[in-house]
Amino acid sequence: MAAVEHDIPHTQEHYPTGVMRWLTTTNHKDIGTMYLWFSFLMFLTGGVMALTIRAELFQPGLQIVNPEFFNQLTTMHGLIMVFGAIMPAFVGFANWQIPMMIGAPDMAFARMNNWSFWLLPPAALLLITSFFVPGGAAAGGWTFYPPLSVQMGIGMDMMIFAIHILGASSIMGAINIITTILNMRAPGMTLMKMPMFVWTWLITAYLLVLVMPVLAGVVTMLLTDRNFGTNFFNAAGGGDPVMFQHIFWFFGHPEVYIMILPSFGIVSEVIPTFARKPLFGYSSMVYATASIAILSCIVWAHHMFTAGMPVTGQLFFMYGTMLIAVPTGVKVFNWTATMWRGSMTFETPMLFSIGFIFLFVIGGFSGVVCAIVPIDVQVQDTYYVIAHFHYVLVSGSLFAIFAGAYYWLPKWTGHMYDETLGKWHFWLSMFFFNLTFFVQHFLGLAGMPRRIPDYALQFADFNMISSIGAFGFGSTQLLFLYIVLKCIRGGAKAPAKAWEGGKTLEWTLPSPAPYHSFHTSPVIK
Amino acid sequence: MSQGSHYYVPAPSTWPITGSIALLFMGFGAAFSVNKMPLGYGLLAFGFAVLIYMLFGWFGTVARESESGKFNQQVDKSFRWGMSWFIFSEVMFFAAFFGALYYMRIYSVPELGDLEHKSLWPNFTGDWPTAGPGVTEKFMPMGPWGLPAINTVLLLTSGVTVTWAHWALKLNKRGQLKLGLFLTFALGFLFVGLQAYEYGHAYSELNLKLSSGAYGATFFMLTGFHGFHVTLGSIMLFVIYCRVLKGHFTPENHFGFEGVAWYWHFVDVVWLGLFIFVYWLI
Repeated sequence: MAAVEHDIPHTQEHYPTGVMRWLTTTNHKDIGTMYLWFSFLMFLTGGVMALTIRAELFQPGLQIVNPEFFNQLTTMHGLIMVFGAIMPAFVGFANWQIPMMIGAPDMAFARMNNWSFWLLPPAALLLITSFFVPGGAAAGGWTFYPPLSVQMGIGMDMMIFAIHILGASSIMGAINIITTILNMRAPGMTLMKMPMFVWTWLITAYLLVLVMPVLAGVVTMLLTDRNFGTNFFNAAGGGDPVMFQHIFWFFGHPEVYIMILPSFGIVSEVIPTFARKPLFGYSSMVYATASIAILSCIVWAHHMFTAGMPVTGQLFFMYGTMLIAVPTGVKVFNWTATMWRGSMTFETPMLFSIGFIFLFVIGGFSGVVCAIVPIDVQVQDTYYVIAHFHYVLVSGSLFAIFAGAYYWLPKWTGHMYDETLGKWHFWLSMFFFNLTFFVQHFLGLAGMPRRIPDYALQFADFNMISSIGAFGFGSTQLLFLYIVLKCIRGGAKAPAKAWEGGKTLEWTLPSPAPYHSFHTSPVIK
Repeated sequence: MSQGSHYYVPAPSTWPITGSIALLFMGFGAAFSVNKMPLGYGLLAFGFAVLIYMLFGWFGTVARESESGKFNQQVDKSFRWGMSWFIFSEVMFFAAFFGALYYMRIYSVPELGDLEHKSLWPNFTGDWPTAGPGVTEKFMPMGPWGLPAINTVLLLTSGVTVTWAHWALKLNKRGQLKLGLFLTFALGFLFVGLQAYEYGHAYSELNLKLSSGAYGATFFMLTGFHGFHVTLGSIMLFVIYCRVLKGHFTPENHFGFEGVAWYWHFVDVVWLGLFIFVYWLI
């Protein structure tokens, strides 16, 4: 993919200064920056909650928080990390990168783009201030199953409205991304010439439009069951609490792919660059991504094997789930084959990408283990599940976010980040992450339940190790903050093509990228 | 895609942040008012007022931009993609409630009437319509062949009139366009009025309430959200009518009209689903 370079008239950059620039901006880069900073702030907020949880679990007994508050912490940690940290981070990447990678001037709906972002702070306020209302924040777990969630106080209602607002933001963001990709590509960039990151986001955005309205529907039913006397989830009225689980997980399972597909995209950009080879099996990568998205919509009930379902249903959802390992395996094979005989170097983005592959595969395998009904019945609601989804969400999604951040920071800031510190960030994260979560597999297999502030003595050693790891991992992320701030403030000047192996369109723009990416479309040969 | 260089990227705007402030107040206001806390309704009303102000301002801006010819073919195509996916998201929202209806009718209600549950609720048969085994208050279901059938005719007719108006717009027959649009939103508002009358009838004579178990919940939530969408659609049609009166839209360039017409057909199709599965097949 080569592009025609062109002059950027710098006189066209009119925008208000100060806070009004950020409140009113219609620029995809400004909005992307806000998304990324917001998600980092939420990452720290959810992280403090996680560390409080780990501090309480450092040793058996109740030391720091009372059980009610502990439940609020686990609930809010999950919700804030999913809706506040991981999803907005990927939308931040989409905003920055998609217009640059497809040769567009901006996103298709620039004003709506602003609204998508500025809906997040009100929702975050609703979630966080709910800790201070009578009864405290929602405490039914991030999945807020009824009947527990029907019985709770105003904190649950605030969470419901926060989810409505977050859903509106996600749907608008997704429609914007789909439209941008389908309608704003540079001449000559056919769908099958798009960078892999753009492809994964197109499919992710489709999943968002498919399932976020269903989440809105189910929280609305919860709201009316709580406050307006409906009986959707009440057996005495002919409803069923298990129905909530079905509708919720119809959203919830595609949601986990919403959080992982863009990271597949980032890794698929980083590895070819640092292996100095084109991505192996590009078209199979596209089809694998689409297959994963389609399969993700028909496997939701594997989250509820112990809720009661016919054996036929269990078999269907078990085999369906295990089938997802096939396209995922295609991806892992392709990344590995891309590196095969490549001229590899190991800068920080590459380290995080290789770490991603290694650890995500562990999370993927424990996912296949969980998919097997007889095993799932044993490990349901234990720390084995916690270990599984932190391997795919932290060392999966989050590591890919780090990889992407280091990869594109030179383009965004115009400076190279500190490579030595970046490598420290990776190795410390790698070490402490595994210290935190690998032992949780053992805890889960030994039967330690999740969402419990106290535990039996035999779990004490592994919990202590896990808590030490968690504090190490949390502190390491402050190093990331330092590296990013240092990179913004200065550092070696980044050339337009910050990485010699970079082939996508953003590397044809100067670093830092101009305020408006492409005034005239580049032509793709 | 070759017009990419002329793509209209709007200047910085205060409308989005205004909308966010509106939803901030509405979120807190709604949470407070459902819990009967002080300030709830006040916050909700203030937020709603700001939202209405924002909608007027934002849509007004877009209409002015459209009329001043800032949108090229590519922007028009963006609008088409955007509206299509928005309607798809609405379809999925209704799918959640239809899913709840099917789940209750196929699984939860028959199961509550099966042999295993006889010890708990010996007299419950699991037939539809039902308020469930534990809700003792009796109700009558809403029959399909009174008002609902009339409403079906009204909505289907409005689908014809809006298409008739669209033909007129393409042939630049402004009189027929105005008449067609007027008939469409009039039929829409009439539908909403009859629906409100039907709700009154349900509450006062059939003892059918939101709290009437599985049937009441699905009946009112499905028809209620649909009625809400018809109301919105009628308001949208009315806005388009006012724009037509002001001389907006040309035979070549009228996506505002088409987007609303698509939305109207979507509302129409949802109603057919409701008529069949909520009213008729009981």
